[in-house]
Amino acid sequence: MDLVESYAEDLRFARRPAARVLLGLLLAALAVFPWVAAEHLVFLATLIALYSIGVIGQNLLIGYTGQISFGQAGFLAIGAFAFGHLRIWGAPFALALLGAGALAAVAGVFVGFPSLRLKGPYLSIATLGFGVAVYQVFVNWEVLSGGRSGLAIASLQPMFGLSGTRWTYYVYVLLLTGFTLAAYNIVSSFIGRAFVAIRDSDIAAEVNGVSLTRYKLLAFAISSFYTGVHGALYAQILGHIEPQIFNVLESITLFVAVIIGGVASIEGSILGAVFVTLVPKVFANFREMVPVVYGVTILLVLIFEPLGLFGRWLKTRLYFQLWPFR
Amino acid sequence: MEALLEVRELSLRFGGITALSQIGLAVAEGETLAVIGPNGSGKTSLFNCITSIYRPTSGAISFRGEPLTRHSPDEVTRLGIARTFQNLRLFHNMSVLDNLMVGRHLHFRKNLLAAVLRLRGEETRHRRRCEEIVEFLNLEPVRKTRAGDCPYGVQKRVELGRALATEPRLLLLDEPVSGLTQEEKEEFAYWIHEIRGRFGITILLVEHDLRVASRLAGRMVALDHGVKIAEGTPAAVQRHPDVIKAYLGE
Ligand SMILES: Nc1ncnc2c1ncn2[C@@H]1O[C@H](COP(=O)(O)OP(=O)(O)OP(=O)(O)O)[C@@H](O)[C@H]1O
Ligand SMILES: [Mg+2]
Repeated sequence: MDLVESYAEDLRFARRPAARVLLGLLLAALAVFPWVAAEHLVFLATLIALYSIGVIGQNLLIGYTGQISFGQAGFLAIGAFAFGHLRIWGAPFALALLGAGALAAVAGVFVGFPSLRLKGPYLSIATLGFGVAVYQVFVNWEVLSGGRSGLAIASLQPMFGLSGTRWTYYVYVLLLTGFTLAAYNIVSSFIGRAFVAIRDSDIAAEVNGVSLTRYKLLAFAISSFYTGVHGALYAQILGHIEPQIFNVLESITLFVAVIIGGVASIEGSILGAVFVTLVPKVFANFREMVPVVYGVTILLVLIFEPLGLFGRWLKTRLYFQLWPFR
Repeated sequence: MEALLEVRELSLRFGGITALSQIGLAVAEGETLAVIGPNGSGKTSLFNCITSIYRPTSGAISFRGEPLTRHSPDEVTRLGIARTFQNLRLFHNMSVLDNLMVGRHLHFRKNLLAAVLRLRGEETRHRRRCEEIVEFLNLEPVRKTRAGDCPYGVQKRVELGRALATEPRLLLLDEPVSGLTQEEKEEFAYWIHEIRGRFGITILLVEHDLRVASRLAGRMVALDHGVKIAEGTPAAVQRHPDVIKAYLGE
């Protein structure tokens, strides 16, 4: 029996002792990881961390608010190039990151406007168009993209005598932790409730005082901020960006991560990021197989486990909680 | 007495179909008014016009003396009109409690930073109000249940509770007891009665069950094919020859 003493306690993060222990273990494991794992694995984990931020952002929009959107590559590119220019102009890492997120969020609000009129597939197509347009702008506008040679970004200066790889890992994991906590807090607040209300029934949401205009645009702004930061962190780790990186396939990959990880689940978003980061590595010698793997996995997920990897985990957990009684 | 809600010469057309034609009615503060009429007579359309889900083709609606033509549905709710739907529109994937909390949304002091930092003073304040509604509608056992998993009768109560959570001045109920068992109907009729008595909320009610409607309402309006054919006490309206003809056909 799970007794709650007060409303405030009911709202606490990681309320159950078991959850707190697990969380502590997880954080400890993340801290130790770069000292026990090979360098290329640490780099891979860093990649997963930055990808998770983007997937969480898109899940806020697609999974929680129900706005199926394909403009992600556009926000990635805006975040990455804003970050690149800011860094080149001498802005420190944190400030450039904030600028990249903010600019992507502003773009998100603009892209969000069609969502006030368009629903379902029509919105998807409109946002897909945005992604393609941003791509074309960067490809054709050399002032923005740095021309044929692209933008070169100075690497992060390691601190505390850590190696570059370890330092980047710690910075990125810390950022992921922050963005994850913020996302948990958002979805459990009045904002998250408004998002889910819009997804479950937009008419009922409106009739209960939720402004569709305000909250749809807010969903676009927050998710684009996350995706912009993802783009910036990706640019930082690559050290060199050109527009070709941010093509439609990137939009699809983020979408795949949301669906496979589990719609409307923050933990699932991270699992989804693990999936889309590892699959291309596993199939490194059969590149052309990657989209096929995505496609087949999505079909399997939609048929057998609509809640994605996270749904699978919930069922497994329930199984063990009820064990040995089934 | 001045009317709380006033509808004047309201018409609504969908292409060739006239859903409402020159409807006029007034709801006085504190009364319960029932709207009756056969299927397709325009009752739900009238509700949709009042809550700004449909834009009327012509005519005017005013609430507390203020015209309601340019408002979006959420603004109408903020002014003090809440409603339930004929075919339930719950937030299926939310708990019952969260459904009620959405009803509190417009009363929240909204601060983005407080939300991101998990400062939850507002949350507990509104939770207290929701618990009062939970208690009133006997929803305690299902408080944390996913709304979509609740039986139909409970879902109807949740929707009523969500509307109450907005603290309306005027409550529109679209067939609140349809699809319920006899016992549930009795319970629901009691709650509707109490909502007016205890909370002083004015009620506009669409109901097919004429027994329930005449028990709850002080006055009745009958529609047929989008036209108002009768208005008066429940007994008088049900005896009106046009009403009998509309229900029994020629
Ligand atoms: N969105 C719409 N598009 C086209 N026609 C509509 C629309 N909404 C309502 N109508 C039409 O308007 C008329 C009135 O419908 P309405 O739903 O208001 O009736 P009602 O009195 O609520 O009926 P019921 O008792 O079956 O609920 C019907 O002929 C219906 O087909
Ligand atoms: Mg109806």
